[in-house]
Amino acid sequence: MATEQSVSRAERLVLHLTVNGQTADVLAPACATLLEVLREDLGLTGTKHGCELGECGLCTVLVDGIPLYACLQLAVEMEGREIVTVEGLADGTRLAPLQEAFREVGAVQCGYCTPGMLMSATHLLATVPRPSEGQIRQALSGNLCRCTGYAKIVAAVSLAAHRMGGEDG
Amino acid sequence: MSDEALRLVGRPLPKVDAAGKVTGRTQYADDLTLPGMLHARIRRSDRPHARIVRVGTGSAAALRGVHAVLTGADLPVKYGILPVSQDERALAVDKVRYVGDPVAAVAAVDEATADEALRLIEVEYEDLPPVLSIQDALAPAHDGDRIHERAENGNVQRSFAFEFGPVDEGFQAADIIRDDIFFYGGNTHLALEPHCAIAEATPDGRVTVWSSTQVPHYLHRALARVLGLPADRIRVIATPVGGGFGGKSDIFAHEFVAAKLSMMTGRPVKAALTREESFYCHRGRHPVLMRFRLGARTDGRITALESTTYLDGGAFGGHGVASTLYTGALQTTTYQVPAYRFRGLRVFTNKPACGPKRGHGTVQPRFALEVQMDKLAVDLRISPAELRRRQLVEEHSRTVNWLRITSCGLRECLDRVVEASDFERKWGNLPPGRGIGLACSAFVSGSAEAVYRNEGPHTSVRLEVDRSGGVTAFCGETDIGQGSDTVLATCVAEVLGLSPGDIRLVTADTDLTPVGLGSYSSRVTFMMGNAAIEAATKVRDVLFRAAALKLAAAPGTLVAADGRIAAGEAAISLAEAAAEAEARWGPVSETGSYTPPDLAGPYRGSGVGPSPAYSYSACAVEVEVDPETGILTVDRVWVAHDGGRVINPVLAEGQIEGSVYMGLGEALMEEQAFRKQGLHRGPSLLDYKSPTALEMPPVEVITVQAVDPEGPFGAKEAGQGPLLPVPPAVCNAIYDAVGVRIDEVPVTPQKILRALERHRTGDEPRVGPGSVPEAPFRPAIRVQPPPDAPTLDMALTAAKEALCSGFPPSNTSGRARCGRRPTCWRPATGLPWPSPAGATCSRR
Repeated sequence: MATEQSVSRAERLVLHLTVNGQTADVLAPACATLLEVLREDLGLTGTKHGCELGECGLCTVLVDGIPLYACLQLAVEMEGREIVTVEGLADGTRLAPLQEAFREVGAVQCGYCTPGMLMSATHLLATVPRPSEGQIRQALSGNLCRCTGYAKIVAAVSLAAHRMGGEDG
Repeated sequence: MSDEALRLVGRPLPKVDAAGKVTGRTQYADDLTLPGMLHARIRRSDRPHARIVRVGTGSAAALRGVHAVLTGADLPVKYGILPVSQDERALAVDKVRYVGDPVAAVAAVDEATADEALRLIEVEYEDLPPVLSIQDALAPAHDGDRIHERAENGNVQRSFAFEFGPVDEGFQAADIIRDDIFFYGGNTHLALEPHCAIAEATPDGRVTVWSSTQVPHYLHRALARVLGLPADRIRVIATPVGGGFGGKSDIFAHEFVAAKLSMMTGRPVKAALTREESFYCHRGRHPVLMRFRLGARTDGRITALESTTYLDGGAFGGHGVASTLYTGALQTTTYQVPAYRFRGLRVFTNKPACGPKRGHGTVQPRFALEVQMDKLAVDLRISPAELRRRQLVEEHSRTVNWLRITSCGLRECLDRVVEASDFERKWGNLPPGRGIGLACSAFVSGSAEAVYRNEGPHTSVRLEVDRSGGVTAFCGETDIGQGSDTVLATCVAEVLGLSPGDIRLVTADTDLTPVGLGSYSSRVTFMMGNAAIEAATKVRDVLFRAAALKLAAAPGTLVAADGRIAAGEAAISLAEAAAEAEARWGPVSETGSYTPPDLAGPYRGSGVGPSPAYSYSACAVEVEVDPETGILTVDRVWVAHDGGRVINPVLAEGQIEGSVYMGLGEALMEEQAFRKQGLHRGPSLLDYKSPTALEMPPVEVITVQAVDPEGPFGAKEAGQGPLLPVPPAVCNAIYDAVGVRIDEVPVTPQKILRALERHRTGDEPRVGPGSVPEAPFRPAIRVQPPPDAPTLDMALTAAKEALCSGFPPSNTSGRARCGRRPTCWRPATGLPWPSPAGATCSRR
């Protein structure tokens, strides 16, 4: 939030948000997107910005467990909903199985798509514990990656599913 | 070191920076916020080519929340990444040269205010005729449509012509001469992280710039020049790069704009570009029109090659002179070419400037050569694999244009891809609509020349060991996701007997780290790796000397492993050795550097192409083509890559898979295309198509390890080379599937349908450019080849027994064959097959 006067005269609202299990009050204009509030007001810069048009999937977060593009959500609509970002995946310094698998098998190159990929994959494994390769690819098809050719990302999701002991689905 | 002695090299260890990236903790440029930070936005031209009559900034400057407004007059000094092309200004001065050309900039309290101020800037233009194609640019230029005053000829920025060996004789000795025209469409890097820079000028006269850049050292030099500050007052920090692929290896307007605005306001300034702006920044793959003539004997041996390339450069020079030379340099690195003529030119057009993208300037001619080799194989009734196998370059040899080849695993790459894909059985024999194609390639492991002449090392590593045993590596190279930090840590840890995670890294910071030229031309593993090994070996020597005193052993008998230094059973920790060394001789600090050998040939223009080592690749692609819709499906890709000894198989495979992905994107869908008035056709991720997880076929990666005598632990490159064979292999597979040639990239269903329609109506079953324009090439510089290069005599006396018994050579013109299968050579019983485009038979 700028402390100096901006040209923007948009009315600011106090928003009560729940992010990664913590509640936070944010003063933001009614037009602010969830992505802007996460990155600029809450300092949660793990969620990346790549197009602000719902095209790249970098800003995928979970809203009540559903993966959504944060750039297409108005923050004002997020009150009373559970938001989870990449910062909410690890347990303290212990990585979640998906994070560990991404790290281990080389699913991370430049890392810019990684947070969004992890959120889409988290949702997949929560709903389909032992997904087929086709299901993994389908679940990640809204998240672009330019580095990996997706091969190691698909492998990482598969490995995490296996380690989490999901039944074949 | 022998294989057995290596503890880390070759092991699939995780990247050292992966934990930060999977938790969202890694701070990319746009994630940084400084106290009091302002936001910059850039007003860009909406005209492709126009004189600037007036820029009015009064209302913008008066807007509440605006702190500064910049125009071209504030940053008048020209710059360019290459010393020969200093043709850019951060903000346009007299004229704009493409839609997107920066004209003015604003710093304000937030982006919304800055955007509003941009709208208030009044720019009056006087339109000039836009030049939007190679053909336009080669037409006689009048004053009004000359894009730059300083060009070789009209809108021709630069042209080159070289002749190596007896080219005319080679063509005279040929039994068949293929003459083909190709076009490789432009495409862009599409790094997922849009460009971003932050600058902070402080009252002590210093400026710090954080930027998502692949080339902090070159940016550092350019900032000093343009800002008029001594370089030692400027600090450039390359933040972790969220995807580069060459797109951040040039210098960009927003980097100067942020710095200047911070100097004017005394506040930190962030310039974060939008996705649309990133498309207009571009510097991506040049569209290249190409004419290739290839002379060969009936046994397939090449007698002469001539390639002519026309590069659509866009509005500025950038790396373009190097790109132009690269379209000629590496054609000789895979097959034995005894005589070679290259002519290339780059034109200015009123479009975003092109530059280096993964495979810089070599992807386009490699496409042409590999498709032409496929056509030659069909003409000569030789299997494409066999045709290539008969004339692969030899290891430890030189090419006709003076490139030194050292290690070369091309034969193994080819053989293993052919075997894994079952190419010989499938080629010509798959059911209708299915086909398989093959291609080979080579790429540099770093350029032997820096982009500016200097005597300094290309990269250095400084190591410090503190008395707790902590090792810190300082290195100027930039991790752009390819894993250079991991390679650095691995090389140091291997020598010192530590783990990669033990090494603290300080990289890509011009105040703290020695110069590294940057992450481009696949140079980092090779050059930084060698520097790291040298520095670590010196540190180990010091620690061994100290340990030898403690252990009463000879330094030569010591071994460093698992954080300890051992003499037989007795051992001390690395920390104890470091403390001992520090007590005796002061803090432990050593450096290592790498300078490539002098590899340039004896002619002007020979600086592009030489590399301390070349990587090799071979690729087979199997496709399915729906003749009703023209839709092409890639079923499977096999790729073998010789990147020398693999330092980390997970990283190397990732580079190879990523290269195949990017090659498929270029072959099938990606296109940086423009409308008539110079507007990008679709500067968004929906309109600019790139493959998703659903489009990517299975990719079978085969790593071939031709250990390089000069590479770090024998390593070469893996980040760019494996892209090169993919687009031609796709087009060769299409021919095998449905008998049509698509001689331009990207291949689209429409092009396939058009070619099939031509096939049905008896026209030449091909889609591609029909001619090349007249161009003012200079007379070729004739260069005597090195004595150890392939000679025409070698090609002419190639052993007859090498002929493939299955496909006896025969007259290739006007032959007939079964019409259904293009590669079926049964005696003609069906429809006559059209004679191959451009093939002239000169059998005597």
